[in-house]
Amino acid sequence: MVGLIGKKIGMTQVFGEDGQLTPVTVIEIEPNVVVASKTEETDGYAAVVLGSVEKKASRVTKPYAGQFKGDMAPRRHLVEIRDFDKECNVGDSFGVEVFGDMRYVDVIGTTKGKGTQGVMKRHNFKGGRKTHGSKFHRENGSTGMAAYPSRVLKGTKMAGRMGGERKTVQNLAVVKVDQERGVLLIRGAVPGTKDSMVLVRMAKKKR
Amino acid sequence: MDMIKAIEAEQIKDDRENFRIGDTVKVYFKIVEGKTERVQVYEGLVLALNNTGIARTVTVRKISYGVGVERIFPLHSPRIEKFEVVRPGKIRRAKLYYIRDRVGKRAKVKELIRSKKDQKAN
Repeated sequence: MVGLIGKKIGMTQVFGEDGQLTPVTVIEIEPNVVVASKTEETDGYAAVVLGSVEKKASRVTKPYAGQFKGDMAPRRHLVEIRDFDKECNVGDSFGVEVFGDMRYVDVIGTTKGKGTQGVMKRHNFKGGRKTHGSKFHRENGSTGMAAYPSRVLKGTKMAGRMGGERKTVQNLAVVKVDQERGVLLIRGAVPGTKDSMVLVRMAKKKR
Repeated sequence: MDMIKAIEAEQIKDDRENFRIGDTVKVYFKIVEGKTERVQVYEGLVLALNNTGIARTVTVRKISYGVGVERIFPLHSPRIEKFEVVRPGKIRRAKLYYIRDRVGKRAKVKELIRSKKDQKAN
Protein backbone atom coordinates (compact mmCIF):
# COMPACT_ATOMS: atom_id res chain seq x y z
CA MET A 1 0.00 0.00 0.00
CA VAL A 2 1.63 3.20 -1.18
CA GLY A 3 0.42 6.49 0.25
CA LEU A 4 1.71 9.96 0.98
CA ILE A 5 0.82 12.96 3.10
CA GLY A 6 -0.50 15.93 1.14
CA LYS A 7 -2.10 19.31 1.59
CA LYS A 8 -5.44 20.23 0.07
CA ILE A 9 -4.96 23.45 -1.89
CA GLY A 10 -8.44 23.87 -3.33
CA MET A 11 -10.54 23.10 -6.38
CA THR A 12 -10.52 24.20 -9.99
CA GLN A 13 -11.40 22.85 -13.42
CA VAL A 14 -9.35 21.32 -16.21
CA PHE A 15 -10.21 21.12 -19.92
CA GLY A 16 -9.84 17.74 -21.55
CA GLU A 17 -8.81 17.05 -25.15
CA ASP A 18 -12.43 17.07 -26.28
CA GLY A 19 -13.25 20.30 -24.45
CA GLN A 20 -14.85 18.50 -21.53
CA LEU A 21 -14.40 20.33 -18.23
CA THR A 22 -13.33 18.14 -15.32
CA PRO A 23 -13.65 19.34 -11.73
CA VAL A 24 -10.41 18.67 -9.89
CA THR A 25 -8.98 19.05 -6.40
CA VAL A 26 -5.41 20.26 -6.21
CA ILE A 27 -3.30 18.43 -3.62
CA GLU A 28 0.22 19.56 -2.89
CA ILE A 29 2.68 16.85 -1.94
CA GLU A 30 5.61 18.24 -0.01
CA PRO A 31 8.55 15.84 0.30
CA ASN A 32 7.56 12.90 2.48
CA VAL A 33 10.49 11.65 4.53
CA VAL A 34 10.73 8.15 5.94
CA VAL A 35 11.07 8.82 9.67
CA ALA A 36 11.06 5.20 10.80
CA SER A 37 10.47 1.77 9.38
CA LYS A 38 8.92 -1.13 11.25
CA THR A 39 9.60 -4.75 10.44
CA GLU A 40 8.04 -8.10 11.08
CA GLU A 41 10.88 -9.18 13.38
CA THR A 42 11.06 -6.15 15.64
CA ASP A 43 7.49 -4.87 15.67
CA GLY A 44 5.37 -7.78 14.51
CA TYR A 45 4.24 -6.01 11.34
CA ALA A 46 5.79 -4.12 8.43
CA ALA A 47 5.20 -0.40 8.09
CA VAL A 48 6.86 2.93 7.44
CA VAL A 49 6.35 6.20 9.29
CA LEU A 50 6.20 9.14 6.93
CA GLY A 51 6.73 12.73 7.99
CA SER A 52 5.90 15.88 6.06
CA VAL A 53 6.25 19.67 6.44
CA GLU A 54 9.32 20.71 8.42
CA LYS A 55 8.93 22.24 11.83
CA LYS A 56 11.36 24.28 13.90
CA ALA A 57 13.31 22.13 16.35
CA SER A 58 12.68 24.75 19.06
CA ARG A 59 8.92 24.33 18.64
CA VAL A 60 8.65 20.65 19.49
CA THR A 61 8.80 18.77 22.78
CA LYS A 62 11.76 16.50 23.45
CA PRO A 63 9.72 13.28 23.25
CA TYR A 64 8.38 14.36 19.86
CA ALA A 65 11.83 15.39 18.61
CA GLY A 66 13.22 12.05 19.75
CA GLN A 67 11.35 10.29 16.94
CA PHE A 68 13.54 11.98 14.36
CA LYS A 69 16.88 10.21 14.33
CA GLY A 70 20.20 11.85 13.52
CA ASP A 71 20.11 15.38 12.13
CA MET A 72 16.63 15.00 10.61
CA ALA A 73 14.43 18.05 11.20
CA PRO A 74 11.12 17.42 12.99
CA ARG A 75 8.03 17.19 10.81
CA ARG A 76 4.58 18.53 11.49
CA HIS A 77 2.62 15.52 10.25
CA LEU A 78 3.43 11.91 10.98
CA VAL A 79 1.56 9.01 9.41
CA GLU A 80 2.24 5.32 9.65
CA ILE A 81 1.50 3.33 6.52
CA ARG A 82 1.35 -0.46 6.67
CA ASP A 83 3.08 -2.65 4.07
CA PHE A 84 4.63 0.20 2.11
CA ASP A 85 5.34 -1.34 -1.29
CA LYS A 86 8.28 0.85 -2.21
CA GLU A 87 11.81 -0.03 -1.15
CA CYS A 88 13.03 2.59 1.27
CA ASN A 89 15.38 3.36 4.13
CA VAL A 90 15.06 5.86 6.95
CA GLY A 91 15.81 9.32 5.58
CA ASP A 92 14.55 8.63 2.05
CA SER A 93 12.19 11.14 0.53
CA PHE A 94 9.14 10.69 -1.71
CA GLY A 95 7.27 13.19 -3.85
CA VAL A 96 4.40 13.27 -6.36
CA GLU A 97 6.26 11.01 -8.81
CA VAL A 98 4.99 8.10 -6.68
CA PHE A 99 1.55 8.62 -8.23
CA GLY A 100 2.91 8.71 -11.77
CA ASP A 101 1.56 5.31 -12.78
CA MET A 102 -1.61 5.32 -10.66
CA ARG A 103 -5.02 5.76 -12.22
CA TYR A 104 -7.12 5.87 -9.08
CA VAL A 105 -6.45 6.93 -5.51
CA ASP A 106 -8.26 7.02 -2.19
CA VAL A 107 -8.09 10.24 -0.19
CA ILE A 108 -8.46 10.38 3.59
CA GLY A 109 -9.08 13.66 5.37
CA THR A 110 -10.90 15.36 8.21
CA THR A 111 -14.28 16.73 7.14
CA LYS A 112 -15.33 20.31 7.74
CA GLY A 113 -17.01 20.85 11.11
CA LYS A 114 -20.73 21.47 10.66
CA GLY A 115 -21.67 22.08 14.33
CA THR A 116 -24.92 20.82 15.80
CA GLN A 117 -27.16 19.56 13.01
CA GLY A 118 -30.59 18.03 12.83
CA VAL A 119 -31.33 14.51 11.86
CA MET A 120 -32.15 15.30 8.21
CA LYS A 121 -28.75 16.77 7.43
CA ARG A 122 -26.77 14.49 9.74
CA HIS A 123 -28.32 11.13 8.94
CA ASN A 124 -30.27 11.81 5.74
CA PHE A 125 -33.66 11.25 7.37
CA LYS A 126 -36.50 12.05 5.04
CA GLY A 127 -38.55 14.39 7.28
CA GLY A 128 -42.24 15.06 6.84
CA ARG A 129 -44.41 17.14 4.54
CA LYS A 130 -44.07 20.88 4.69
CA THR A 131 -47.72 21.61 3.92
CA HIS A 132 -51.19 20.04 3.71
CA GLY A 133 -51.75 20.23 7.45
CA SER A 134 -48.58 18.37 8.33
CA LYS A 135 -47.17 19.16 11.74
CA PHE A 136 -44.17 16.89 11.26
CA HIS A 137 -41.40 18.64 9.36
CA ARG A 138 -37.79 17.94 10.33
CA GLU A 139 -38.10 15.91 13.54
CA ASN A 140 -36.56 12.50 14.04
CA GLY A 141 -39.86 10.75 14.88
CA SER A 142 -39.94 7.57 16.92
CA THR A 143 -36.68 6.52 18.58
CA GLY A 144 -37.70 3.05 19.66
CA MET A 145 -40.24 0.59 21.00
CA ALA A 146 -42.61 0.92 24.00
CA ALA A 147 -42.86 -1.25 27.11
CA TYR A 148 -40.03 -3.47 26.01
CA PRO A 149 -37.19 -2.48 26.16
CA SER A 150 -38.65 0.72 27.59
CA ARG A 151 -35.47 2.65 26.80
CA VAL A 152 -33.77 4.09 23.73
CA LEU A 153 -31.19 1.74 22.24
CA LYS A 154 -27.60 2.90 22.19
CA GLY A 155 -26.38 4.21 18.87
CA THR A 156 -29.81 5.45 17.75
CA LYS A 157 -29.37 8.15 15.11
CA MET A 158 -30.19 11.56 16.56
CA ALA A 159 -29.29 15.22 16.14
CA GLY A 160 -25.88 16.32 17.33
CA ARG A 161 -22.48 17.43 16.31
CA MET A 162 -21.62 16.76 12.70
CA GLY A 163 -18.38 16.85 10.76
CA GLY A 164 -14.80 17.12 11.93
CA GLU A 165 -14.29 13.39 11.54
CA ARG A 166 -11.99 11.22 9.48
CA LYS A 167 -13.50 10.28 6.13
CA THR A 168 -12.20 8.28 3.19
CA VAL A 169 -13.25 8.96 -0.38
CA GLN A 170 -12.47 6.01 -2.62
CA ASN A 171 -11.64 5.60 -6.30
CA LEU A 172 -10.90 9.18 -7.32
CA ALA A 173 -9.29 9.36 -10.74
CA VAL A 174 -5.86 10.94 -11.04
CA VAL A 175 -6.15 13.61 -13.72
CA LYS A 176 -2.59 14.91 -13.70
CA VAL A 177 0.68 14.54 -11.83
CA ASP A 178 2.56 17.83 -12.00
CA GLN A 179 6.11 17.10 -10.92
CA GLU A 180 7.30 20.63 -11.55
CA ARG A 181 4.98 22.06 -8.93
CA GLY A 182 4.81 18.98 -6.76
CA VAL A 183 1.07 18.88 -7.23
CA LEU A 184 -1.53 16.20 -7.84
CA LEU A 185 -4.83 16.85 -9.63
CA ILE A 186 -7.60 14.51 -8.56
CA ARG A 187 -11.07 14.32 -10.09
CA GLY A 188 -13.85 15.35 -7.72
CA ALA A 189 -14.01 16.62 -4.17
CA VAL A 190 -11.94 15.65 -1.17
CA PRO A 191 -12.88 15.95 2.53
CA GLY A 192 -11.59 18.85 4.60
CA THR A 193 -10.89 22.55 4.43
CA LYS A 194 -8.26 24.22 2.30
CA ASP A 195 -4.73 23.82 3.65
CA SER A 196 -5.78 20.78 5.68
CA MET A 197 -3.73 17.59 5.73
CA VAL A 198 -4.91 14.70 3.63
CA LEU A 199 -3.55 11.22 3.08
CA VAL A 200 -3.47 10.12 -0.56
CA ARG A 201 -3.03 6.43 -1.14
CA MET A 202 -3.36 3.90 -3.91
CA ALA A 203 -7.00 2.96 -4.46
CA LYS A 204 -7.83 -0.26 -2.67
CA LYS A 205 -10.70 -1.32 -4.91
CA LYS A 206 -9.87 0.00 -8.36
CA ARG A 207 -6.80 -0.10 -10.52
CA MET B 1 -4.66 30.33 -3.94
CA ASP B 2 -1.72 31.24 -6.13
CA MET B 3 -1.17 27.59 -6.98
CA ILE B 4 -4.71 27.39 -8.34
CA LYS B 5 -4.16 30.50 -10.43
CA ALA B 6 -0.91 29.11 -11.78
CA ILE B 7 -2.61 25.88 -12.83
CA GLU B 8 -5.45 27.79 -14.47
CA ALA B 9 -3.05 30.18 -16.19
CA GLU B 10 -1.67 27.29 -18.23
CA GLN B 11 -5.02 26.81 -19.93
CA ILE B 12 -6.29 30.38 -20.09
CA LYS B 13 -6.13 31.99 -23.50
CA ASP B 14 -5.48 35.69 -23.02
CA ASP B 15 -6.72 36.78 -26.43
CA ARG B 16 -10.16 35.25 -26.05
CA GLU B 17 -12.04 38.08 -24.40
CA ASN B 18 -11.78 40.48 -27.34
CA PHE B 19 -15.45 41.50 -27.13
CA ARG B 20 -17.77 43.12 -24.62
CA ILE B 21 -21.26 42.54 -23.34
CA GLY B 22 -23.78 43.88 -25.85
CA ASP B 23 -21.61 43.13 -28.85
CA THR B 24 -22.86 40.89 -31.61
CA VAL B 25 -20.25 38.20 -32.06
CA LYS B 26 -19.49 35.23 -34.25
CA VAL B 27 -18.31 32.18 -32.33
CA TYR B 28 -16.19 29.76 -34.35
CA PHE B 29 -16.24 26.38 -32.64
CA LYS B 30 -15.30 22.88 -33.66
CA ILE B 31 -17.86 20.09 -33.81
CA VAL B 32 -17.30 16.42 -34.47
CA GLU B 33 -19.40 14.98 -37.26
CA GLY B 34 -18.87 11.26 -37.31
CA LYS B 35 -15.16 11.07 -37.88
CA THR B 36 -14.48 14.48 -39.37
CA GLU B 37 -14.16 17.70 -37.48
CA ARG B 38 -15.43 20.99 -38.78
CA VAL B 39 -15.86 24.55 -37.64
CA GLN B 40 -19.35 25.87 -37.07
CA VAL B 41 -20.25 29.51 -36.65
CA TYR B 42 -22.79 30.76 -34.17
CA GLU B 43 -23.73 34.41 -34.34
CA GLY B 44 -25.59 36.28 -31.65
CA LEU B 45 -25.73 38.93 -28.98
CA VAL B 46 -23.53 38.64 -25.88
CA LEU B 47 -25.91 38.78 -22.93
CA ALA B 48 -23.54 38.08 -20.08
CA LEU B 49 -20.08 37.05 -18.99
CA ASN B 50 -20.00 34.88 -15.90
CA ASN B 51 -17.41 33.47 -13.50
CA THR B 52 -13.70 34.11 -13.42
CA GLY B 53 -10.54 32.24 -14.29
CA ILE B 54 -10.82 29.02 -16.23
CA ALA B 55 -14.55 28.73 -15.51
CA ARG B 56 -15.42 31.96 -17.36
CA THR B 57 -18.41 31.58 -19.66
CA VAL B 58 -20.19 33.73 -22.20
CA THR B 59 -23.93 33.65 -22.94
CA VAL B 60 -24.77 34.30 -26.58
CA ARG B 61 -28.38 34.80 -27.71
CA LYS B 62 -29.84 34.70 -31.17
CA ILE B 63 -33.25 34.34 -32.75
CA SER B 64 -33.43 31.23 -34.88
CA TYR B 65 -36.59 30.70 -36.97
CA GLY B 66 -38.49 32.91 -34.55
CA VAL B 67 -37.31 31.05 -31.49
CA GLY B 68 -34.86 32.54 -29.03
CA VAL B 69 -31.74 30.40 -28.60
CA GLU B 70 -29.11 30.94 -25.94
CA ARG B 71 -25.82 29.09 -25.81
CA ILE B 72 -23.33 29.26 -23.02
CA PHE B 73 -19.74 28.81 -24.16
CA PRO B 74 -16.80 28.19 -21.84
CA LEU B 75 -14.55 31.07 -22.87
CA HIS B 76 -11.28 29.16 -22.68
CA SER B 77 -12.47 25.91 -24.21
CA PRO B 78 -10.05 24.29 -26.67
CA ARG B 79 -13.08 23.53 -28.86
CA ILE B 80 -13.53 27.21 -29.61
CA GLU B 81 -11.37 28.65 -32.33
CA LYS B 82 -12.09 32.34 -31.97
CA PHE B 83 -14.60 35.08 -31.29
CA GLU B 84 -15.19 37.79 -33.87
CA VAL B 85 -17.00 41.04 -33.15
CA VAL B 86 -19.57 41.77 -35.86
CA ARG B 87 -21.13 44.84 -34.31
CA PRO B 88 -20.17 46.55 -31.06
CA GLY B 89 -23.13 47.44 -28.84
CA LYS B 90 -23.85 50.43 -26.66
CA ILE B 91 -25.22 49.28 -23.35
CA ARG B 92 -25.72 50.54 -19.80
CA ARG B 93 -25.68 47.37 -17.74
CA ALA B 94 -23.50 44.31 -17.22
CA LYS B 95 -26.17 41.68 -17.84
CA LEU B 96 -28.65 42.07 -20.69
CA TYR B 97 -31.27 39.62 -19.48
CA TYR B 98 -34.01 42.19 -20.13
CA ILE B 99 -33.61 41.48 -23.85
CA ARG B 100 -35.32 38.13 -23.31
CA ASP B 101 -38.64 39.81 -22.54
CA ARG B 102 -38.55 42.04 -25.56
CA VAL B 103 -39.66 41.36 -29.11
CA GLY B 104 -38.81 42.92 -32.44
CA LYS B 105 -37.29 46.36 -32.57
CA ARG B 106 -37.28 46.77 -28.80
CA ALA B 107 -35.00 43.77 -28.48
CA LYS B 108 -32.22 45.64 -30.23
CA VAL B 109 -29.04 47.02 -28.76
CA LYS B 110 -27.80 50.31 -30.11
CA GLU B 111 -24.61 50.18 -32.05
CA LEU B 112 -21.60 51.67 -30.35
CA ILE B 113 -19.93 54.23 -32.59
CA ARG B 114 -16.39 54.65 -31.43
CA SER B 115 -14.26 57.66 -32.28
CA LYS B 116 -11.23 56.95 -34.40
CA LYS B 117 -9.03 57.68 -31.39
CA ASP B 118 -10.71 54.98 -29.34
CA GLN B 119 -10.53 52.47 -32.14
CA LYS B 120 -6.80 52.85 -32.32
CA ALA B 121 -6.54 52.24 -28.60
CA ASN B 122 -8.29 48.91 -29.00
